[in-house]
Amino acid sequence: MKAYRGLAIIFGFYALGELVTYILNLTVPGSVMGMLFLLGSLLAGLIKLEWVEGEAELFVRNMSVMFVPPGVGIVAYLGLIRSQAVPIFVALVLSFLITLVVTAKTVEFLRRGEK
Amino acid sequence: MNPLGITLTLVVFYLFSELHSRRRAFYTNPVLLSIITIAVILRGFGIPYGSYMGSAVILKFLLGPAVVSLAVPVYKGRATIKAYAREIGLGIATGGTVAILSAFYIARLLGGSEEVLLSIAPKSVTTAIAIGISEKIGGIPALTAVLVILTGLLGNAFAPELLGLIRVRDRIARGLATGVSSHGLGTARIILEDELAGAVSGLAMALNGVFTSLLLPHLIELLK
Repeated sequence: MKAYRGLAIIFGFYALGELVTYILNLTVPGSVMGMLFLLGSLLAGLIKLEWVEGEAELFVRNMSVMFVPPGVGIVAYLGLIRSQAVPIFVALVLSFLITLVVTAKTVEFLRRGEK
Repeated sequence: MNPLGITLTLVVFYLFSELHSRRRAFYTNPVLLSIITIAVILRGFGIPYGSYMGSAVILKFLLGPAVVSLAVPVYKGRATIKAYAREIGLGIATGGTVAILSAFYIARLLGGSEEVLLSIAPKSVTTAIAIGISEKIGGIPALTAVLVILTGLLGNAFAPELLGLIRVRDRIARGLATGVSSHGLGTARIILEDELAGAVSGLAMALNGVFTSLLLPHLIELLK
């Protein structure tokens, strides 16, 4: 029975997040708003960690399989990917490299200043 | 509702997960292999994507509550966030912004179409959030999903080696750079080598997801 409490809280915050982004016409996904509201409620002590911990971890641990259906939608865009292969893949690899190096060097610099 | 789509997804994903648990390598990533396999099956049998999604959409819907659930690991990591607040804050602000701008501008420079630019911009954040952002800004969520996974695979395959190559030994810097550049898949790799770097990477992934979803839609309006 306890699982229902956790699930009700998680789905409830998701619904709240969607509602708020809809009403305020926000560009943030409703799920992210829901996460921020849940995080705030945990920090404020309105929600106890043990009420949601097990159910939340179940969702987070099993997230991978949920990407498959949206990913399969790629079949409709194979032509687009083929015609734009160079911008897509060069941007993907270079942007990954730049982000990794810039972030690592920035943080390393901050850490050095600290010591 | 035709149960074929969800069954096919679960069976294929289960088989590739078994393979991945036996042979842990970036090229046995079950998400990417499942997407390719199911796409080939749909094409081979001439099954329209819509009828596949008829029931597979249940799994996609669960991404919403899964993102909400990310609040729990962030809450549990609050002591780490507090201890490294400055590094985490500045690292995410810098790295998150660089990830968006570099992807957007390089793709534009090479002649990428607008829908490609909008789909590639959120590629460094965790898939569930990236799909949500892509939907909101007019990208192609399916393309974003695949680009995010490919980015994650790059981090999973090469992040620790690349960080070694540029001589970054600081564990906080290594974790943050991995999480910000290659989300959950990068985190999954670095956590095997260093638990602190892994924990920081996981937090960076979640916080960068929030940061990017707040920043990117406004930034894109300026860039377009």
